[in-house]
Amino acid sequence: MVGFMPAAVSRRNLLRKAGIGGLASLATPALAQTTIRLALPGGADQRDITTAFPQKGSMVLQRTRPPLLETPFDVFDKGVFTPNDQFFVRWHWAIIPTSVDVDKFRLNVHGHVDKPLSLSLKDILALPPLEYAAVNQCSGNSRGFFQPRVAGGEWGNGAMGNARWVGVSLKRVLDQAGIKAGAVQVRFNGMDQPVVPDGPDFMKSLSVDHARDGEVMIAYAMNGQQLPLLNGFPLRLVVPGWYATYWVKMLNDIEVLDSPDTNFWMKTAYTIPDTPRANIKPGQTGVPMVPISKLNARSFITNIKAGATIAVSKPVEVRGIAFGGDTGVKAVDFSADGGKTWQAARLDRDEGKYSFRRWHARFKPATKGDYTLMARCTNASGDVQPSEPNWNPAGFMRNVIESTQVSAA
Amino acid sequence: MKRRTLLSALIAGAAMASPLAQAKPPIALKSVDVTLPGSTRELPSGPGMDAVQNHCLACHSAGMILTQPRMPKAAWEAEVAKMRNVYKATVDEKDVPAIVDYLTAIKGPK
Repeated sequence: MVGFMPAAVSRRNLLRKAGIGGLASLATPALAQTTIRLALPGGADQRDITTAFPQKGSMVLQRTRPPLLETPFDVFDKGVFTPNDQFFVRWHWAIIPTSVDVDKFRLNVHGHVDKPLSLSLKDILALPPLEYAAVNQCSGNSRGFFQPRVAGGEWGNGAMGNARWVGVSLKRVLDQAGIKAGAVQVRFNGMDQPVVPDGPDFMKSLSVDHARDGEVMIAYAMNGQQLPLLNGFPLRLVVPGWYATYWVKMLNDIEVLDSPDTNFWMKTAYTIPDTPRANIKPGQTGVPMVPISKLNARSFITNIKAGATIAVSKPVEVRGIAFGGDTGVKAVDFSADGGKTWQAARLDRDEGKYSFRRWHARFKPATKGDYTLMARCTNASGDVQPSEPNWNPAGFMRNVIESTQVSAA
Repeated sequence: MKRRTLLSALIAGAAMASPLAQAKPPIALKSVDVTLPGSTRELPSGPGMDAVQNHCLACHSAGMILTQPRMPKAAWEAEVAKMRNVYKATVDEKDVPAIVDYLTAIKGPK
C-alpha cells in the first residue's frame, strides 16, 4: 500500500545507514521531523514520528504493537475532517488480521433474535446508505496531561479525529434479524484476538434502545474511502457522540443479549467514577463506577503553538476546532488574558452536530509581554468547558479549557 | 463535492422506498493485505530486564513501557498485578519482584 515502509527501512534507519556519502541526497528528508515533544508534565514526552504503518502517513508513534498511533496536532489546523492516513489508531490486542478478503468476509448477527444473519459485504452495501460527520475520540485522549500522571497510553491531544462516515444503520440490520422480546443489550466483537489464551476478547455493548436509535452505524467508508485496515476495515461501528471504545473495529460479530453484558471490557475496563465529569480526587476510593459513555465538549487552538512569539500591536487570526460531544457546538469563546475576559469566536460552517466545528477569533496584543490564549466551547445542551481539569485514575474524559502560552514582542 | 451530491441523491432515492430501485453501492470495497512493522525500540539494560523482555513484551512492544511517566513502586506493583490478573499475562509469581524492581528503576520517582 502507499506509504508503507517496513520498520527496518524507516527513514531514521535509512539515514543511519546512509553514512556520509548519502548526506547530500538525503538533505531534505534529514530536515524533516523525526521526533516530536508532546509537552507532557513530568517528561517522557518525546515520541518518534513514524511512516512505517500500512495505509498511514506521518503519525506520532506511541506503541508499535499493538499499534497506538497519534495524529500530529498540526493536522487539526488543516480542516475539520481528519485525513484517513493520519487518523489515530488504537488497538488492545496484538492479534490483528492483516488481510481481509472482501468476498469471504461475513458479519454475523445472532443471539436473542428471530433469524440469525450472515451478511456479506455485498449484502451490506445493497442496503440504503446512511451518512454523517462524527468525532471519534479515545476515552484517554490527552491522558498524558493528567496530574498526577497515570499509567496507560500517554497521548497528547491527538487521539481524536473527525470523519464523514458512510454505512448502514445498525437498526436496519437488527430489524432484519428481528430482536426478540426480553433483549437488553447488543454486543459487538471484532476480528482482533487476545495474544494470551485466557485474555479477555475485546467486546463492547450498547443498550437495545441505543443500538436501535437509527443513528448508530455500521460504517464501510470514511471520508469517501474504505477504512484503512488499522482503522477497522472493512466495517467498524460508529456510535456518534460516544467515546471511541464503543466504535468496534473490524466488526464481524453482533450478538443480541437477554441479560446485561458482564464481560471485562464493559464491567471493569472503560469505567469511570459516577461523578460529574468523572472527576475525583487522586487517591479517593469507594466511588461507584459506571461504563464511560458520552463525549464532553472540547475546543483547541490549532494555528498558534505554545511558546510562539507574535508581533505586538498587529492583529493575529486565531483559529481552532471545537466539538460539543453528544450534541452540537453552541458557542466558542476566546480569551487572550488567561480567562479573565472572553470574546465570542466566529463559527464556521456546521457539518453536523457530531462534527468538529472550525472557529476564528482575532487578537491584537497591545503591549509586549506574555499572553495566555484560551478557547472555551459551550455545547447545545449548555455545558461549558470547565477551568479546572478533571482527574480519575484511568485518565479519561479530559475537557478542561486548554491554555496556549505565547509572548508578544 | 460530487460524491456527497451523489450520495444525497441515493439517500433521497432510498427514502422514496421504491422496492424496484436497487441503489448502486456508494463505494466499491477492495481486499486488503498489509504487513505491520515490528518494534525497533529496546529496553535499557539492568537487573530484571530479561524477565520484562520474556513476559511483558509478549503482549506489547517496549514503547508501552518507555512512554510511561515516572510512578512510585506501589503504582508499578499495581500495574504488574493488573497485567497478570486481568490481562492474564503469563508471568510467574516468582518473577514479579524482578519486574517491579526493573520498572521502578527505569520509571520510578527521581
